[in-house]
Amino acid sequence: MAQISAKPPTTSRPRRLSAGLPDTTVIGWLRQMVLIREFENRTGQAYQQAKIGGFCHLYTGQEAAVVGTIAATEPDDPIVTAYRDHGHALARGMDPGACMAEMFGKITGCAKGKGGSMHMFDKPHWLFGGHGIVGAQTPLGAGLAFAAKYEYEVLRKPLPNPGVEQGSPAKKKVALCYLGDGALNQGALHEAMNLAGLFGLPVIYVVENNGYSMGTSIARGTTMADDLTKKADAYGITGRTIDGFDVMHLYDEFKPLVDECRAAQRPAFVDLKTYRYLGHSMSDPQKYRTKDEVDQFKAKDSIDRMAHHLMEERRCLPEDAFMAMQKEAKEVVRAALEFAEQSPAPDPATELYSDVLVNPMPGMSPSGEYVRGAKNPLL
Amino acid sequence: MPSLTLVQSINLALQQEMERDERVVILGEDVGLNGGVFRVTEGLQKRFGPERVVDTPLAESGIMGTAIGLAMAGMRPIPEIQFEGFLGPAYDQLVNHAARYRTRTRGAVTIPLTVRVPVGGGIHAPELHSDSPEAIYAHHPGLKVVMPATPYDAKGLLLSAIRDPDPVVFFEPKRVYRSFREEVPEDDYTIPIGEAKVVNEGTDVTVVTWGATVFECLAAMDKLPEDVSVELIDLRSIYPFDLDAVVNSVQKTGRCVVVHEAPKTAGFGAEIAASIQEHGFLHLKAPVQRVAGFDTVMPYYKLELDYLPDAKRVGEAVQQVLAY
Repeated sequence: MAQISAKPPTTSRPRRLSAGLPDTTVIGWLRQMVLIREFENRTGQAYQQAKIGGFCHLYTGQEAAVVGTIAATEPDDPIVTAYRDHGHALARGMDPGACMAEMFGKITGCAKGKGGSMHMFDKPHWLFGGHGIVGAQTPLGAGLAFAAKYEYEVLRKPLPNPGVEQGSPAKKKVALCYLGDGALNQGALHEAMNLAGLFGLPVIYVVENNGYSMGTSIARGTTMADDLTKKADAYGITGRTIDGFDVMHLYDEFKPLVDECRAAQRPAFVDLKTYRYLGHSMSDPQKYRTKDEVDQFKAKDSIDRMAHHLMEERRCLPEDAFMAMQKEAKEVVRAALEFAEQSPAPDPATELYSDVLVNPMPGMSPSGEYVRGAKNPLL
Repeated sequence: MPSLTLVQSINLALQQEMERDERVVILGEDVGLNGGVFRVTEGLQKRFGPERVVDTPLAESGIMGTAIGLAMAGMRPIPEIQFEGFLGPAYDQLVNHAARYRTRTRGAVTIPLTVRVPVGGGIHAPELHSDSPEAIYAHHPGLKVVMPATPYDAKGLLLSAIRDPDPVVFFEPKRVYRSFREEVPEDDYTIPIGEAKVVNEGTDVTVVTWGATVFECLAAMDKLPEDVSVELIDLRSIYPFDLDAVVNSVQKTGRCVVVHEAPKTAGFGAEIAASIQEHGFLHLKAPVQRVAGFDTVMPYYKLELDYLPDAKRVGEAVQQVLAY
């Protein structure tokens, strides 16, 4: 059985940060969540129709986690994540068509159909993947934070990157490094957290704790599962546990932490409670949990909760506007599917061997075009 | 022009490149205060500060991953891994990540990373401290692998590696770290990755090698009869390797011996031999011979010299291909 709790937040602040944000901002969060939900529903269908190859890990149920955390960052704060990454790509602003086309293996995908579902990269939006090895992205998060700190403290100017205006002043950044709860048990994370703590790197390790690493519940997989912040304590890193089902509450808790890490240029660790409704991947018999358990979480669905809040409590979203929002998401995803469907596959003549090295060795496999010397006629 | 050892030459290259490009940072175990396990980075932290010459914990996966993250963001990191065997914990980061980003992102994210690694035997150290894993890394698309044998080549190749937009594994043959000096220009110069050096021109047999065994081959040549003319090629770059230099030479000599420290089976000598038969088959007067380490774990120091290819074995192989 899952050891995680879906209890509503118990802390209350005198004035919620999110309450002070413009209505359009918080409505925008709901729009993103609705888009991710719709996108994943249709991605699942496309996978069943064998239009998406390889492996596919859907984000359904966790939408508030990514939307609430990314809302707390600046657009040029670097972000790196694991393989359940479609939500991160969309929340960071990747074009849904490019995201879908990537999974279809089409040339119009964010990596020209070369990376697939697990490798969503979007450098202009400061998204550095999408990583298929559990936990391996965590030292990368430390490195991205190291570079950011170096820019600010040593170079005192930004590194040359796309969209960065040369001559603009360096600013304090925070890197977000997402990981699943399964990655808690990988060695790389512990090396990375130690480095981050030791060097004071501005990186926030966000554990999207959905309670299961594939089919192993967190209590069966890691020590101190009921209080993961103890792991952060071991590295001298601030640890927080945040409810990830209520996007408003999540933002209220997470934004001050981002601000603190940015100002003080130091790391943090967040155990972000969330839940995935679907299997680990598309082929998961889910023997490790009951339908009842899934239904209990669905009853507290983050999108329903947010829609209810905006319509009934904050009263800034009329019901017909919410209906229109859902319709719009369907249209956007339908267009993304059509775009992916109609885009051409990469041309093997030009794309199969390109982008391996900037200047590959002459005559390297597979061209065999070794023209100087005695060319082997068989090649 | 100063006369420098291999260690001093690498140190000079690092120093000059750090002065030229402030995106260059060095990170590794004891690289700062202690100057590195082989003292290659001696004095650099004092000169450039602890924020550019960074002492890290003992954590190869963390060091490599952090360096990759730095490179992704546009820096020019140079992690030092103390011994080639310690690449093991960092292998996932290097092979599953650094090597693949250019392809995975279709060129959008590249990894200008130079991994400095002492390599090879001959210093009386046990396995993991005396191995030669160059073929393993050459096998992975997306990595470049170089192994200079001389101080002059080391500086020129290191500057190329740091400026290269792709990840480069820069192997330093520790056996010759301090074994001799050579004049090394103080000026900026580079040696292109992928270009071999003809150490000695000859007409009868081509000997291809790299790293510390260059000097075993030279010693072998001294002992061969005067009328045997050996063309000795120091490959310098393992991947990409200089196919032209090898094939052109074999077309001239018709015979080839490949020499390396790594175990024979699936060593890089196999790739050289295969390439020669693909591109120069009709020129061959004898089968290509390999003089290599044996298919065993690198032995501890009492047996070290029994394992390593030496002048005697190289000389015998040369005689064999000549007598074929």
